[in-house]
Order: sequence, then structure tokens, then C-alpha cells
Amino acid sequence: MAQTQEQISANPILSVSDLNLHYGEAHALKGVSLEMARHQVTAFIGPSGCGKSTLLRCFNRMNDLVESARIEGSIRFNGDEINDPGADVISLRRRIGMVFQQSNPFPKSIYENIVYGLRIAGINDKSTLDEAMERSLKSAAIWNEVKDRLHDSALGLSGGQAQRICIARAIAVNPEIILMDEPCSALDPLSTLKIEELIEELKNKYTIVIVTHNMQQAARVSDVTAFFYLGELIEAGVTRKIFTNPEKKQTEDYITGRFG
Amino acid sequence: MKIFWKTGEPFVLATGASLAIILVMSLALVGVVMVNGLGYFWPQALVRLELKDGSFALGQITQHEKIPISGAQRIQIKVANRDIFGQDFRWIDEKDIASRSLPADAVLLERREHGDYFGYLKGVTAEGLTLTMSTPYENLLQAMKMVSIKLDDTRKIKKQMSKLNHDAEDHRLKLQKLEYRGKEKNAVAINELTAAREKEMSEFTRLNEQATATQNEIARITAQFSDVTGTSKDIALMEIVALQRPNSMSFLAKCGAYLERVRELLLDDPRESNTEGGLFPAIFGTVMMVLLMSVFSLPLGVVAAIYLREYARDGLMTRMLRIAVNNLAGVPSIVYGVFGLGFFIYGIGGSIDSLFFPERLPTPTFGTGGILWSSLTLALLTVPVVIVATEESLASIPKGIREGSLALGATKFQTLMKILLPMATPGIMTGLILSMARAAGEVAPLMIIGVVKLAPTLPFDTNFPFFHMDRKFMHLGFHIYDVGFQSPNVEAAKPMVYVTTLLLLAIVIIASSTAIYLRNRMRSKYTTSTF
Repeated sequence: MAQTQEQISANPILSVSDLNLHYGEAHALKGVSLEMARHQVTAFIGPSGCGKSTLLRCFNRMNDLVESARIEGSIRFNGDEINDPGADVISLRRRIGMVFQQSNPFPKSIYENIVYGLRIAGINDKSTLDEAMERSLKSAAIWNEVKDRLHDSALGLSGGQAQRICIARAIAVNPEIILMDEPCSALDPLSTLKIEELIEELKNKYTIVIVTHNMQQAARVSDVTAFFYLGELIEAGVTRKIFTNPEKKQTEDYITGRFG
Repeated sequence: MKIFWKTGEPFVLATGASLAIILVMSLALVGVVMVNGLGYFWPQALVRLELKDGSFALGQITQHEKIPISGAQRIQIKVANRDIFGQDFRWIDEKDIASRSLPADAVLLERREHGDYFGYLKGVTAEGLTLTMSTPYENLLQAMKMVSIKLDDTRKIKKQMSKLNHDAEDHRLKLQKLEYRGKEKNAVAINELTAAREKEMSEFTRLNEQATATQNEIARITAQFSDVTGTSKDIALMEIVALQRPNSMSFLAKCGAYLERVRELLLDDPRESNTEGGLFPAIFGTVMMVLLMSVFSLPLGVVAAIYLREYARDGLMTRMLRIAVNNLAGVPSIVYGVFGLGFFIYGIGGSIDSLFFPERLPTPTFGTGGILWSSLTLALLTVPVVIVATEESLASIPKGIREGSLALGATKFQTLMKILLPMATPGIMTGLILSMARAAGEVAPLMIIGVVKLAPTLPFDTNFPFFHMDRKFMHLGFHIYDVGFQSPNVEAAKPMVYVTTLLLLAIVIIASSTAIYLRNRMRSKYTTSTF
């Protein structure tokens, strides 16, 4: 069970309670309860297959795409239940952006990649698009690298650049939360460093939930860390405390590298 | 030795060898067609043979052959003059030949009827024409020019006649409709139409008489020829399509004659039950049918594939459907032809006739073969190819791209239209190329759903509504079958079969090159697609 955390405000932006998820027969998330605070970075750590990505994908209902997935329990976003049959998935996904493990720029120009989310929302006014594009490229710290080739294909970018384009693309629609699913696992150390600096920057405006394999990364960028093991949330708390003085034996074993 | 097998060297050799075999076979096929087809238009020498029995022969040598029993050689010679000798070709034993020569003044006439004429020019009888040249040959050329100017006039009259004919037919159909709906209540309109039609008919008769008179006058302009046996023959100049003296032509003149024949092939109508003349109606029919087919099969196939891949729940039903679609590609094409005949022509066409054109029955309008039904049937035949190609290319798009779009708040439909379909386009184009090539080469189903040996009119003309979907049309594939196997004079038609094959190949190559060019342009835009 999640620990009460001194840093989580009385008004969490996301709160998960007693969430169970089955993929067919497999029980992927077992009674997870957790709260995430506004303008903080929450990191999910744990060995492969522990359910951390699955939980992340519950937040913007990407698990809807998996036919065999069955969800029980509640996830509240600003107090509203997101799994309600009547909930508007489109607007939910607009308010909770996502960055994937593999950078996935669309085969379009850099400009069109960034404004894609706005265009599908029906915004076609050129000045609005230009303004949003420049703002999000600057926030994603890639403006200087691409400003001279905005109309070139985004497929020609390096892995790190492409990943920051994907972050900029998520920012462009002005979400409240950005979900990051191992955003640096396919990147070199230098690009990783840039993204980590970027996360530090972004948390002033957005709430960030990041899944990572890399414990150093979690220690560096996050305020709160949650450790998952075999679909269960073992322990969650202030990052410094989790890494220095974990309450559970499993957490300590994982962090000290005894398994996982 | 073990290492030799481990490296896979023999396997690599086998892959190379099988590719080479395929390449050699295709090149041999194209080569045979090209050699036989391209050479056909080159002006060949007319050889005069003196035989040991004292007779003569004049013609083009077409083949050498060993006589099976005696082992001696014999030659096949095209002597033409079908109307005099009874047949175009003759076999002569080499041992019977006393001497050969190439007479410079031997002429080759391409005639509108009865095939070629080989012989010598004696003189020109041109009533009412003043010929100013010194030699009979030059006089003949001059006279032919004058005749062709006169013929142009009759052609203009014929054009007027066909317009009148079209109007009269139009009025006849309207009359028929009015009479069908009730003679009494439409009496006024019927009278008007009848009057208009009678006027057109009388005008038509007048023009026809005029044209016939001019033509009879032109027909009196003749030239006298004698063939190698000494039989003389009068031939009207309007019967002559082309005139050559191949033995005294320069290389450039031969090139000119060659190009002229190619132009005729591409732009003129066929003559002599399709064995001579041009192929324009067949080229036009083939291209229009293939384009129409693409218009039907592309959207149908793409939409079906989108449903199968993106929307249908993956279950037993979907899997069965997919198997069924794949197997559709293996159904013999004649079965599609029969289906087209039963479903499109008799079913839909018959219903259209009884609903919209009941007054014309029992003469069918849409209830008979036509370019629309042919295109639809072939669209059905090729739609599995498009479906499979589209499905494959949709499936090859990485999952991350879809999720990326959905995670930004796009609906499934938006993702499909803005991301997936553009990315799948190169693969869809591949399917289209394959289906176009297949449709262009198909003959069997077309024979029963709208292709004819000789179509009097093109399915497109300047009369409203321009595209006449109910019309029958000509097709290169059927042309090959018809000329090669149904023509009364198979030997003379043989070169035409090669030429037609060559043209059909050329059309398929042009169509697929265009599509491949378009596809590569798109592919460079969407480089992540790997199909």
C-alpha cells in the first residue's frame, strides 16, 4: 500500500485507488493505490514486467487499445473518474500527454509534427499554430537546433532530437500531465542528459510521471518514487527517502542491485 | 566441405541461379516479341525469282526451312496478290530456283482490300486530273495526292452524315419513349419529332447520294499494274493505302516508311478483319477499361482493407474473410466473366433496362456487354490484390506511430486519414500496379462481357454524355486472340499478333512505370514505410 507522503498536497492531480488490471488471464496490476501531486515528478521504478508501464498507460486510457485488458478500480484525474463509460477519452488524452520509449515522429515535417495535436483539435489558424509551435519547441529545448529546417521531414532527426520533438509535440496541446514511458532508454548519455535537464525545466509548468529502468535517473529527476514488483506497488515515497532509507526489504534489495 | 555447406554458399548460388532463370525467360519472351514485332514494318526487298520451269515469282522471303525427308532447303515467299493467286504465301524448293534478282521498279501496294499487291506499274488513267510528271511512278504519286484531297471532301460529308445519323437515332429513341408512354397524350410532341426526324433522314439520303457520286467519280481514277506472271490489273487509287518501291528506297526513305507505319498502327483503325491497319480503337479500349477498373477497384479495395485491418474485431469471422479474399485471387478469370454476365449484365443491366429504357426492349441498352460491366467485373477480379496490399502496408506501420497519434487526442478516424493512409499509400500503389497489369492482360472474361472483334464506335466521343458506358469496345488482348487464331488468313496475320503483343506489353510497362514513379515519390516522403 502507498505510504502517506508529506509532499503530496491535499488535492492530488491523479489519484489511483485499488486498481486491478487483467490482460486476459494475467493479473498485471494488483490493487494499486497511489496519489500524484501537481508540479512534481513521479518516477515508477521496478524490474521488467512489474506493471509500471501498464499503470502509466491507464492514465490516458491507452489500454483501451488492448482488447483483452480489463480494468477495475478507480483513477481520478482532478477528482473526475477517467474510467467512466461516459468520460471523454479524446479530451482526456489532450490533457494528459504521453512520450513513448521509442521516439515516434510522424512522417511529416517538423512543423506539422508539432502542430498535429492542434490541427486534429480543429485549430487551423496560422498565427496560433506558429505561436504554439515556437513556444513548444523552445520549452522542449530544441528550437535552436531545428528553427532553420522546420519544414524538413522529422524523420531525418537524430534519436535524441526526435525524442525532444515528441516532447514538444506533447507540450503543444498544453496538457496538464506528461506521461513519459522510459523516454531515454534508446538514447545516448548526452541526449539523456538533455532530456533530464528538460524534465527539471518542465515540472514548473506540468506534472510529470516517468517510467524508468534507470535508478540513477529516477534519483536524479524525480521528487517522488514508486517501486513496483510483480504488479504490486511495494513502496512509494519521497525519492531521497526511498533511495536512502526504504521501508521495505524488497525495495532495498532492488535498489542495492540484489535483484531485478 | 562441412564449412562449405555451413556458409550457405550453395544456397546463395541457388538463389542467384533461380533469379537468372527467371530473367532469361522473361528476356527471351520479350526478345522474341520484339524481334518479330519491330521488324514487321521495315520495308523488305521484293525478290524476283526465275524458276527452272520457266515461271517467275516476285515477293518477300519470309522463312528458310529444311525439307524433312530429302534434307534440301526450301523458302517461304510472300507473293501477295491474294485476289489473283488465291493465297499470300508460297513454298519454293531452293533447287527449283534458276536465278534471283532485285528489280528496282517492283512496287509494293498496300491496298484497302485483298492485302498487298506486288508487281510493276504500267500507267495511270486519271480522268479530269492533269498530271505533270515525267515518269508513271511520279505521276501516280501526284495523282494519289489529288485523290486524297478529294477523299477528304467525302470524309467531311461522312462526318455530317454521322452527326445526322446520331441526331436521327436520338429522335427515334425519344419517339419510342413517347409512344411507349401513350400515343394520344404526347401527340403534339410526337408529330414534331417525327417531322424533325424525317427532315434529318432526307438530308441524310441527299448527303449519301452526294458522297456516293463523288466516290464513284474518284473510283474511276485508276492505275494499271502487271504482276510477275504478266497478268495486268487495274487498281483504283482510292484503294491504295501506301505505295513503295522497296528495292530502290534509300535507308532514310525506309526509316520514313517505317515511322509512317508505326503512326498508322497507333492512330488508325484496323482494316481487313483486323490483320492490317492500326490498333487505335483497341489501344483506347484497353487503356480506358483499365483506368475505369482502377477507379472502381482502388476505393473499394482500400476501404474493405481498412475495415478488415483497423475496425473488424480479430476473430474467426475476420480470419475466414481474409482467407476468402485471398482465395478470390485464385478463382479462374472465366468464372468472373460468367458472374459478370449473370450478375452485372443480366441482373443489374437488365433491371436498368426495364426501369429506365422499357420502350427499347427487347433491344438491350445496359443489358448487354459493355465497357462499364467489363470494368466492374475486372475490378472484382483485381480487388483482392488491392485488399491484400493495403492490409499488408497498414500492418507494417509501427505501433508507436498509431499510439503517438492517439495519445495526442486524435480519434481513430483522424489517425487513419492523417497518418496511416498516407503512410500506406506506397504499398497501396504496389497493389494497384499489380492489378492494372493483370486487368490489362485479361482476355477470357472480357470475351463474354463486352469486348468485340470490331467496335464501330469508341466508348468515348464528342457526343453528350461523352463517356458511353454501355458501348462495346476493343481490347488488345482479345485482338491477339482474334487475329492470331480466328482470322481467315493466319499466316498474313502473324506479324500483327507480335506487334499487338508488343503494344500491350508497352502499355503495361508505361502504366506501371508511371505508378512506380509516383510511388517512389511518395515513399521518399514517408520513409518509415517499408512495404
